[in-house]
Amino acid sequence: MVSWTDYLVPLSQGAWVTVQLTFWSTILGAILSFAGGIGKLSPIRPVRWLSVTYVEVFRGTSLLVQLFWLYFALPVAGDAIGVNLRLPPVTAGVLALSLNIGAYGAEVVRGAIQSVSKAQYEAAKAMNFTPRQTLWRVALPQAIPEMMPSFSNLAVQNLKDTALASLISLGDLAFKAEQLRNYYQDSTTVYTIVLFMYFGMALVLSVLMRLLERNVGRWRGARR
Amino acid sequence: MLFGLHWDTAHGDLAFAASILPMLLIGMWVTIEASILGFFVALIIGLILSVLKAAPSRLIRWPALAVAEFIRDTPLLVQLFFLYYVLPDYGIVLPAFLTGALALGIQYSAYTAEVYRAGLEAVPHGQHEAARALDLPARRTFTHVVLPQAVPRVVPAMGNYLVSIMKDVPVLSVVTVLEMLNVAKIIGDQTFNYMIPLTMVGGLYMILTIFASALVRFADRKLPKRGIALR
Repeated sequence: MVSWTDYLVPLSQGAWVTVQLTFWSTILGAILSFAGGIGKLSPIRPVRWLSVTYVEVFRGTSLLVQLFWLYFALPVAGDAIGVNLRLPPVTAGVLALSLNIGAYGAEVVRGAIQSVSKAQYEAAKAMNFTPRQTLWRVALPQAIPEMMPSFSNLAVQNLKDTALASLISLGDLAFKAEQLRNYYQDSTTVYTIVLFMYFGMALVLSVLMRLLERNVGRWRGARR
Repeated sequence: MLFGLHWDTAHGDLAFAASILPMLLIGMWVTIEASILGFFVALIIGLILSVLKAAPSRLIRWPALAVAEFIRDTPLLVQLFFLYYVLPDYGIVLPAFLTGALALGIQYSAYTAEVYRAGLEAVPHGQHEAARALDLPARRTFTHVVLPQAVPRVVPAMGNYLVSIMKDVPVLSVVTVLEMLNVAKIIGDQTFNYMIPLTMVGGLYMILTIFASALVRFADRKLPKRGIALR
């Protein structure tokens, strides 16, 4: 007879993979958000088109389709042009998750930059700031605090989405849960524990994001 | 062979793509059905949740808040597995498609509940006061003053969730629902060609979401901004 405590060791191993997956794809996703969001506002046309295409494609299709495409279809495309594009599950997982969340984040970044008041841009121009200085010293310090609540939601969304990576045989929490269920046929206990583990991780992530939000909030009124 | 149709692997990529398109379209229809059913479940459960979350009694309000937060913070995939494997243990045996639609509906009810709340709260306070000044009974205030003004605010947000639900339907493939991605996966498994079916699914998804988003925008434009009379 197995007790529910026997599930905890394998499930914690899975949870650790989920944490790492969430961490890396959120970081990479944040970078892509800024690249895509700023790119969409770029005066250079090819950059703008590239950003718009990126955002539309990854927001317009399903994450699971993107994940399967990177994992199953990309190697075939690679073979056709003679390059080895066989990604290990971890790489495909992190890449798909961050590309997907980055596309949603790009819209947040674009919206926040555009919501900085016009007078700020006029003042920057009057002070003879270069476009780069305007972006880094005027627009972003005011826009980033505005982005934080949406970024918190996206981070939790990303944590939930990592469960899909189990479908390309990545050993995360959802994958371990499925293994345990197959082995012990005790679905109620296993899935109840797993749901609560995801819930706990999401709560911790929300708290961390709120701390970050408070920290970043100081930039709004910063005088440098 | 799938759905009694055959794929053509002998006459190049284009012929192959053309031969599997009907199969993908059958899968697409399942995707649409699952989205719409899941959407209605989300609308109903979300309404119940939002009413409970605003209940005057703490004994009702707090559990409702906790449940909504729990649903929002746990992955659809795990919720789906939970329903699929746990419900039969308690004697509830649903077909995979219905279990999937139920899971989609439950996951999104946490979001639609917020939309209802925001829509009702966005009605200006003066409207409630005016209704009181006119001595309208509470029920008529709600059905004839508040609700008609809340509906145009709620519709576009709900529409966006319908599009999100559509993009989550492929998750149902894990419980054997033959939606678009599952069809593509099966074709790939059998023909060893994943590239073409999966790329086609991506393209079909783009078409589907662009069309659905346009529909939502159209509905948003058509709704009078000052409210519609619900009679």
